[in-house]
Amino acid sequence: MKKIGVFLCHCGINISATVDIEKAMEALKDYPGVAHIEDYKYMCSDPGQQLIKKKIKDLGLDGVVVCACSPTLHENTFRLTVKAAGMNEYKMEMANIREQCSWVHKDKTVATEKAIKIIKSVIEKARLDEALDPIEVDITRKAMVIGAGVAGIQTALNIANSGYEVILVEREPSIGGKMAQLSETFPTLDCSQCILTPKMVEVSNHPKIKLMTYSEVVDVSGFVGNFKVKVKRKATGLDWDVCNGCGLCTEKCPKKLPSEFDQGLGERKAIYRPFPQAVPNRVVIDFENCTYMQSGKCGICQKVCPVKAIDFDKEDKFVEEEVGAIICATGFETYSVKDIPEFGGGKLPDVVDGLTFERILSASGPTGGEVRRPSDGKVPKDIVFLECVCSRDPEHYLPYCSKVCCMYTVKHAMLYKHRVHDGQPYVFYMDMRTGGKGYEEFYQRAAEEDKVVFIRGKVSKLYQDDDKIVVCGVDTLSNETIEIRADMVVLATAIVPSKGIRELTKLLKIQIDQHGFLSEAHPKLRPVESLTAGVYLAGCAQSPRDIPDTVSQASGAASMVCTLFANEKLKHEPIIVGVNEDICSGCGICTVVCPYDARKTNLEKKLVEVNEVLCEGCGACAAACPSGAAQQNNYTDNQINAMIKAILGKGG
Amino acid sequence: MAISLNKEKLRTQECEKLQEVSGTNVYSCYQCGNCTAGCPCVDAMDIPPHEVIRLAQFGQIEKILDSNTMWICASCVTCSVRCPRSVDISGVMEALRQIALQNGNEDVTKLGELSSEELEELPQIAVISNFRKLTS
Ligand SMILES: Cc1cc2nc3c(=O)[nH]c(=O)nc-3n(C[C@H](O)[C@H](O)[C@H](O)COP(=O)(O)OP(=O)(O)OC[C@H]3O[C@@H](n4cnc5c(N)ncnc54)[C@H](O)[C@@H]3O)c2cc1C
Ligand code: SF4
Ligand code: SF4
Ligand code: SF4
Repeated sequence: MKKIGVFLCHCGINISATVDIEKAMEALKDYPGVAHIEDYKYMCSDPGQQLIKKKIKDLGLDGVVVCACSPTLHENTFRLTVKAAGMNEYKMEMANIREQCSWVHKDKTVATEKAIKIIKSVIEKARLDEALDPIEVDITRKAMVIGAGVAGIQTALNIANSGYEVILVEREPSIGGKMAQLSETFPTLDCSQCILTPKMVEVSNHPKIKLMTYSEVVDVSGFVGNFKVKVKRKATGLDWDVCNGCGLCTEKCPKKLPSEFDQGLGERKAIYRPFPQAVPNRVVIDFENCTYMQSGKCGICQKVCPVKAIDFDKEDKFVEEEVGAIICATGFETYSVKDIPEFGGGKLPDVVDGLTFERILSASGPTGGEVRRPSDGKVPKDIVFLECVCSRDPEHYLPYCSKVCCMYTVKHAMLYKHRVHDGQPYVFYMDMRTGGKGYEEFYQRAAEEDKVVFIRGKVSKLYQDDDKIVVCGVDTLSNETIEIRADMVVLATAIVPSKGIRELTKLLKIQIDQHGFLSEAHPKLRPVESLTAGVYLAGCAQSPRDIPDTVSQASGAASMVCTLFANEKLKHEPIIVGVNEDICSGCGICTVVCPYDARKTNLEKKLVEVNEVLCEGCGACAAACPSGAAQQNNYTDNQINAMIKAILGKGG
Repeated sequence: MAISLNKEKLRTQECEKLQEVSGTNVYSCYQCGNCTAGCPCVDAMDIPPHEVIRLAQFGQIEKILDSNTMWICASCVTCSVRCPRSVDISGVMEALRQIALQNGNEDVTKLGELSSEELEELPQIAVISNFRKLTS
């Protein structure tokens, strides 16, 4: 018989206050298989671990049961402990007498009895445990970054500069994301383009980075270290290898459309480049609006193109890529003004959102950086900024704080004042949230030097009256209701996840929260990982954040990828479900229930075959198999039966 | 009645004058309320000190002058000493007194003509302000 050591932890008083440790030890010391039993105040501490190691060596134990907390917390800790003492780590078992016993009971007698049953059942399991070795897997040392905003750009550069190849996939024709649209950035007011475009150029010139813009991920299979990704390269209507980005076609194209990059304020053509500094410097045809595509007439672009790049080819192309890690950096959008009826529902031209105001402030924007309102081009002299629009309003809109709008609104008011010296900016706010290096000082400077008037209260309504927008609010600090006849209003609308995030996360098999932001593996300790091994997160796709936070997180995600790639081989848990070929009838029931596609029926051999690396050990197949051919390592039917018997008081 | 704000109403001459006379930037105030919290006279004031600064930020000098606040203020300077944004509230109070005394009157407080009962009623601070009104 096996020699099993049982180690009971008090967990301070977390366990011992509810479970009578002495009584439990008394009840267990003669249980079959128990060669040694001992308790300690903190088993996970260094002395606690030393104690286990010593007993393994001294008594030649070949099984250990640690009766403590949840394996989620400390299974790994104690596996390493026994391994250090020369025991196979899969012969260590944890009996959870804290989360599943002491924390949920008050009555000491009941809790003690239950703890004894739990421990007995785990001893039964340990008696039948076999030595296992982790499964080794090769790694493809190449990463794919999805989304090329500042988050994706930073991640790609960091990984590429560590010597690994990166494929950067961006849905739009150019990389850059929202940051490319910004004017100047808080708190230092450096011009967004000036700090971003050099990075964009570095990406496009980097020998290790393969750029795939105007592309989307359409299928993902495989697992950490070995993903297969199918990417759709959307038809551009021309050959990008031939096009040299001269832009003659965009000049001559007669079809004018509102520019998405300028938030509809400026114009673009049906063949266009989103903005002059676009990377790659290439154009695309907007098929839906191209006259030639609609009626067969025009084709001017094709005539003027000096290198004959334009072919009007509408066929999307698909490519398959093999990568070892994927980073999801798909960014954000802002809540559409059209969906906010109380603030005009997008019908009042001089009520705009923050991104539109960024374009108005931008030197490369539709007004060349002069603050002019959209309706009549007049310079607004009284301008109102509303914070928390749709954020922090669980009743009607979204419950969360969008985090960046306090700061960018202060920036907007400040930049406005720098452009329009005789103008007056007003900011309606609920709370000013200016946490960050130099942020509070920035806010105070806006009030003190730029005389921005901050009014504490939410605006209840606004309406157009002649050429003014009447804003009705309150200042809860002086209890005065306030009315402002403004020339223009800027709404700090909530940050929401980018479109298509649900579909993409289904492909990647990663989770999102109720609002569509990516879920991290642990909110504090694993903030850049998803729960799916090999898939990482960066930027606003995870939650609203500003550029400094986005860049730090992006570098964090890159370093996780480099850590992964630094492994010789990947190790996969050996607690998987195999096939006993002598028993398997090839019925294939298990292949249907497997959520990971790990099991395939071999019709010739009339057998099921298992991809050990894909198996996550969930056990669904083992439960479904009618013949018992599918047995989970160290969770065999025999073990489970013995555990149940022990719990029912029939063991031993 | 709602306060109706626009840039002319905010930057009134009175408001500029108040800042000039008191030598303080009322826009530095972030409405923490420390001044009011420490003021020994606040219970007798129509408008508490932090709200005086608030109304000044909105250019509502008339409204402040209509109150008794600056006459109740004891010039103890507790508020100015404690203000985290170094707003000189007690300086603002003094400026308000002077503005009130200067407003359209050559000499409202003909001290020599006051009866002893009236002198008893008159806040001392008003007398001092009166002496100072033409020197600052
Ligand atoms: C009005 C406004 C002003 C701001 N001002 C400042 C400021 O002054 N200072 C500051 O620090 N921060 C500021 N911010 C915040 C800043 O914009 C963000 O922190 C930053 O842009 C986040 O970068 P990102 O890469 O995570 O997201 P994004 O910039 O949104 O980039 C995401 C990219 O992914 C692409 N994408 C999305 N889905 C897919 C898909 N399925 N497949 C492929 N590609 C996809 C998008 O096209 C986009 O290019 C401001 C935000 C707003 C709204
Ligand atoms: S950052 Fe400021 S404006 Fe934006 S939601 Fe949060 S509190 Fe409101
Ligand atoms: S203590 Fe200073 S900052 Fe605070 S409310 Fe009074 S004047 Fe304003
Ligand atoms: S100086 Fe005036 S306002 Fe300031 S604390 Fe003293 S009494 Fe109050």
